[in-house]
Amino acid sequence: MNEALLEIKNIRKEYRISGGLFQRRRSLRAVNGVSFAVDKGSVLGLVGESGCGKSTLAKIMLGLETASEGKILLEGQDVSSLPCRQRTRRIQPVFQDPYASLNPRKSIQAIISLPLQVHKVGTTAEQNVQVEKIMDLMGLPRRVRYNYPNQLSGGQRQRVAIARALIMKPEIVICDEPTSALDVSVQSQILNLLIDLRRELGLTYILISHDLAVVEHLASRVAVMYLGRIVEEAPTEVLFKKPRHPYTTALLTSVLTPDPELRLPETHLGVAYPNPIEPPSGCTFHPRCPKVAERCKVESPQPVVNDGRMVECHFPNY
Amino acid sequence: MSYLLEVKDLQVDLAIPAGTLNAVRKISFSVSRGETLALVGESGCGKSLTAMAIMNLLPRQARCQAAVLSFEGDDLRSFSQKQMADIRGRKMAMIFQEPMTSLNPCYTIGNQLEEAQLRHQKVSRQEARDRAVYLLEKVGITAAGSRLKQYPHQLSGGLRQRVMISMALMCAPALIIADEPTTALDVTIQAQILSLLASLQQEFNMGMIMITHDLGVVSRVADQVVVMYCGQIIESAPTRELFARPLHPYTQGLLACIPIPGRSKRGQHLGSIPGTVPTPVGRLQGCIFRNRCPLAVEACAEQTVNLQEIHARRSYRCLLSPDRAGYNWLEHDEYE
Repeated sequence: MNEALLEIKNIRKEYRISGGLFQRRRSLRAVNGVSFAVDKGSVLGLVGESGCGKSTLAKIMLGLETASEGKILLEGQDVSSLPCRQRTRRIQPVFQDPYASLNPRKSIQAIISLPLQVHKVGTTAEQNVQVEKIMDLMGLPRRVRYNYPNQLSGGQRQRVAIARALIMKPEIVICDEPTSALDVSVQSQILNLLIDLRRELGLTYILISHDLAVVEHLASRVAVMYLGRIVEEAPTEVLFKKPRHPYTTALLTSVLTPDPELRLPETHLGVAYPNPIEPPSGCTFHPRCPKVAERCKVESPQPVVNDGRMVECHFPNY
Repeated sequence: MSYLLEVKDLQVDLAIPAGTLNAVRKISFSVSRGETLALVGESGCGKSLTAMAIMNLLPRQARCQAAVLSFEGDDLRSFSQKQMADIRGRKMAMIFQEPMTSLNPCYTIGNQLEEAQLRHQKVSRQEARDRAVYLLEKVGITAAGSRLKQYPHQLSGGLRQRVMISMALMCAPALIIADEPTTALDVTIQAQILSLLASLQQEFNMGMIMITHDLGVVSRVADQVVVMYCGQIIESAPTRELFARPLHPYTQGLLACIPIPGRSKRGQHLGSIPGTVPTPVGRLQGCIFRNRCPLAVEACAEQTVNLQEIHARRSYRCLLSPDRAGYNWLEHDEYE
């Protein structure tokens, strides 16, 4: 078996939350023991509701947050032993909101070439050539080089953000909701670009999104997160065809495909997403689960791996 | 047949430094009781301004004209600001996109819900409170009585949106305008809120205008769809007909852009509409979509393109005949 490009081992992240004046600090487990591996050239989709810890996980992988526990291995090497520059050279982010992630006071040229300057790659002239090349690759007209982010459209800004992420030729790109701030027609342009870039540059993506249709389109494997844990992980095709975890089933039924024959789905999920400060006992999904039994309330399920897929449930669908 | 709301040739102009922005250009539609009309389009197409024009909540620099703007048979333009304020919230209500910014953080939700009714109807505080509890339970909030004492920040996004919906229903309005009511919510909550809106609409026999950019949402809730582009209506059709056979190249392009699990091929290109939405400043000549349209011919730039009517509820704005306007966006990929 060949080695995975990126391996996450039992990552935990705990935040200390102020309980209010005179009250004890409480802890919030944003990520609670997550492990997965990503093969070179594949796309891992990470889905889940807001507050499930997917963005915290992205920050940990990028080194913007330190994990309270656990290890991240890049080609078998622990990233915490790598100097920061080597790490950022290999893992790069694309964030959700291209209106917030670009410095409004820097020109496009300066934004895209900043990684080159930080890593002291080449002379200014060489850097300019590289910027031009990557702008062509992104489908950005060269004339916008000396413009500022506010002069560009949302789609163009996201192209600039992707150009900045790719200029150091990273191996892994972590896309945190790369298209959810964009219009429908622009979203498809950016998704097509991401598909092409992966093919041409042999990139590995970790795609974080709450839009299951987007994940289905791009990802080779999908991991479903709920309250800081991965509850199901499987190749995209089988996950969409035969979800095993009731939460995955609920997520899949709530995708609204444009089909007027189907009416609105009933997810049987109840109202509330639980408070992560006081997670439910046993299986954290049990208050919302349509298949809940007594056992689920007391005993938390352990991950079960077979047929190349993982599920964490006492009563999975087979 | 009389409509609940009838809009004819509505036009909204905004004064901007570069000139006059024709944000909404002569659009016409109507809504009956019990019917859901969806206004669809990308950002900047004028769908929210249309809603604001109906509610008379346009920003000060906007100018609004219309041939007909009638609500329950009355001309909305003849009302004074005071009369309008009396109708807003009582007969027509709006649900906004972001419940955090449209709820007042300094007042309890009970206070804000009661106010909506106390402002308009002669009821006691107790009656208003009972109505608030009734509606909160109706929208699926448990322990509604104790929720009344909570402040907006104590509620989750889904709950806040439910509060917004019950607030809109406090006076049992005839028309609800929902501006992207589920965009800020998770998919699981989205489905719940939409079915809730649909069932309440049936129960109270309300007319609804749903403003959204999500064609998936539209296909599931709307009876009639109006597709807007650059302030114009470019296609209008009953939902089933629109999705079965979109006539305008833009509508077809939009549908080809969205990935559909099971239908779009994984890892392959999605359809995409090249270029970007132009800003509608100045006089308009020809078809406004022609720069991005794969079927554009010379005539598109010269002629004024009017809406072609197929039948009373279906029309589209294109020079091509219905059988020729079809374009397969997926086969003609711009990158290949």
